[in-house]
Amino acid sequence: MINAVGRELPEKIGDYIVKPYAGPQEAIEAEQPVCSRRKPSKRAAGNKLMPDLKAAIEACGLKDGMTISFHHSFREGDKIIGQVLTAIKELGIKNLRFAPSAVVNIKNPSIVDFVKDGTIDRIQASGIRGELGDAVVDGLDLSEPVILRPHGARPHAIETGALSIDVAFIGASASDDFGNCTGQTGPNACGSLGYSFIDAVSAENVVVITDNIVPYPCVPISISQMYVDYVVKVDEIGDPVKIGAGAARMTKNPRDILIAQRTADVIAASRLFKDGYSFQTGAGAISIACTNFLAEHTEKAGIQASYALGGMTANIVEMHNKGLVRTLLCSQSFDAVAAKAMADDPNIVEIDNSMYANMFNKSCSLDKLNFGVLGALEIDVDFNINILTGSSGEMMSGLGGGPDVADGADISIVTIPIIRGRIPSVVEKVFTCCTPGSSVAVVVTEAGIALNPKHKNYEMIKEDLEQAGIKTVPIEHLLKTAYSLTGVPKPVETTDKITCIVEYRDGTVIDVIRQIKRD
Amino acid sequence: MQTAKLKRTSLYASGANAINMIQAAFYNEDCLVYDLEDSVPTSEKDSARLLVYNTVRYHRPADKYVLIRVNGIYSEYIDEDLEAAVRARPDAIRIPKVEYPEEAARICQRITEIETAAGMEVGKIEVWCNIESYLGLINAYEIATADPRIVALALGAEDYTASMKSHRTKAGAEIFYARNALLTACRHAGVEAIDAVFSDINDIEGLKEDTALTRNLGFDGKTCVHPRQIDIVNSFFTPSPKEIKYALRVLEAVEQGKLQKKGAVTLDGSMIDKPMELRARTTLAQAEAAGIKIGGDQL
Repeated sequence: MINAVGRELPEKIGDYIVKPYAGPQEAIEAEQPVCSRRKPSKRAAGNKLMPDLKAAIEACGLKDGMTISFHHSFREGDKIIGQVLTAIKELGIKNLRFAPSAVVNIKNPSIVDFVKDGTIDRIQASGIRGELGDAVVDGLDLSEPVILRPHGARPHAIETGALSIDVAFIGASASDDFGNCTGQTGPNACGSLGYSFIDAVSAENVVVITDNIVPYPCVPISISQMYVDYVVKVDEIGDPVKIGAGAARMTKNPRDILIAQRTADVIAASRLFKDGYSFQTGAGAISIACTNFLAEHTEKAGIQASYALGGMTANIVEMHNKGLVRTLLCSQSFDAVAAKAMADDPNIVEIDNSMYANMFNKSCSLDKLNFGVLGALEIDVDFNINILTGSSGEMMSGLGGGPDVADGADISIVTIPIIRGRIPSVVEKVFTCCTPGSSVAVVVTEAGIALNPKHKNYEMIKEDLEQAGIKTVPIEHLLKTAYSLTGVPKPVETTDKITCIVEYRDGTVIDVIRQIKRD
Repeated sequence: MQTAKLKRTSLYASGANAINMIQAAFYNEDCLVYDLEDSVPTSEKDSARLLVYNTVRYHRPADKYVLIRVNGIYSEYIDEDLEAAVRARPDAIRIPKVEYPEEAARICQRITEIETAAGMEVGKIEVWCNIESYLGLINAYEIATADPRIVALALGAEDYTASMKSHRTKAGAEIFYARNALLTACRHAGVEAIDAVFSDINDIEGLKEDTALTRNLGFDGKTCVHPRQIDIVNSFFTPSPKEIKYALRVLEAVEQGKLQKKGAVTLDGSMIDKPMELRARTTLAQAEAAGIKIGGDQL
């Protein structure tokens, strides 16, 4: 069958029944009650602190074939996932479903090795960047395709029972012996634990892992003792340098600065850019530069944003400190400044990832967002976005909240250079469709700005940009420019084997990734 | 010889760096200078020449004034540089370190020979001369008038101050005379004057002060050392409403003269010559580039 973005999909992939993406107005209603595996306490009172990981794993009753989860807020500095999987392997437990919020590029130990030795045989996440992702698209032997979901879809999958977690392992930079914990304090602070809130309230067993036990009660309480079965102290939960030691610096790449400046100009030209506006800019090089330019525009206009959303950076915190944005709603903290800022300021708020992006909630913060700035690996002439796979089909990134932000924001802006090295980023058809073009309003490149005539707010944006004297070009012009520099790329050849199922935020399938054919 | 194309900002793109050359086309500079000289290591001179030739000949940006800066007049590369540069058909060739009018005339003559041999329109390629020493400055007027191809002189402050044994400062007192002397020569010769770079790419306020001086002295444009300087420099070359109105009146008078088949046209008692017309067109082009809508009640 063919879904609404023209992708050919089978009706079933193993036991997975494919619900094809049906278009922006066709979101499937969720009518069933919210599921939770949480049970009343089974532990002996006052005895949550376990001597080591193995003891906690055994106490949880982890068995072959079960599902385990983690958050990815320690990014590439994570030392928890490796320790837990090693302990599980040593206990001889096999064929687990590994369901973190995302897999970042963790190399030591290698997640691929845990697949090869049979500890893991299924994976679900928002992304599987790095060695694991490359192995998957090359046909790594798993018992079912990897399911990739954007941030907003993961809590929904947990609440519907599609992703049912047996044991959630939650890394925290500080915890008391009852499991009240946070990521905001301690030597390895990672900031918001927003991705784990849903795991804590839904999993059958919850284990908090920390290297910093603090006297009861741990303050602030990000995740409450109400949900925590066991607490384990380990020597080290992360590498602070790789977690994000300092504030990310402003890029010096003039191309990125140009794109960032144009993006901020597009925002400032909008009639929605007024006192009380809201934005999400993100943490890439272009995003950080864009935030700085947006701060300048905001200051010049003499206005204040009502809130910034999603992943926080030092320069968004700086905007808040200057009075340019009233509230920061943090589902993730991208650097040490952002990680620690929440502890000191009541207007910098740690939020549940589900509150951020789950479209099936009674509301989510994205529903009110004015401007969303997104990165992408590829965009095509239908404005479809690929944020997963590179020019050779390799797994370059994760879905993150991109599809959620594009859909939720009044004006979604994709920032992308038209070429990277010798590879075009504007193409005729993206290799993997992650975000439907109908939800993308504007594309900003170094070679020009293109508006999507099919976006719901096209007329408003067009009028505002014309009023501000900002020129636009058709996206076909960007494609032509890119191809004139690089030539037309050969399509990536694949086998019929489906390695990944790419879900959209409404739980439908927007695309699949097939195994890359190698010479 | 002068064109009405804007020359507010010139950005160099090294011929040794393909990515740099590709990206340079996307910034807002008026003039893009593909460089074969200082930014290209000796070992890369041949490949850079080939790359620049192909870029300008087959992939030149449509909306920019394109130049090629060749190696020095007495360098071993100049003959091959000119062969490639002329055949690439840029808007202009930029000659470094010109000190005597004979040097400029000889290069212009060589360009003519290559144009003729290649069956190109003779005289179409313009020439900019970089003035980068006290000798060049002393001879600036003679250099500017050495050949009709020469449409601009550009001040190179680093080499100039070295030749003067001056110390380079941000405030630029050591080049104040050179700026004025170059401008005087250019104005007398009827060519455009391009100011030197402001080297500190992280000092935005310093750039603004320096460019304000550039503009107030009367320069037509400024060379930029980094893309992030371009928009700032461009912004200083935005004409005032008074200048725009005067330019519109000049062009209106020229049009009326053509309709009435008059040989000479006057405005407010003064005769309008070709440079005045070109200046008026440049003023309107600058206004348009700055996003000013021309026409209607306001202008």
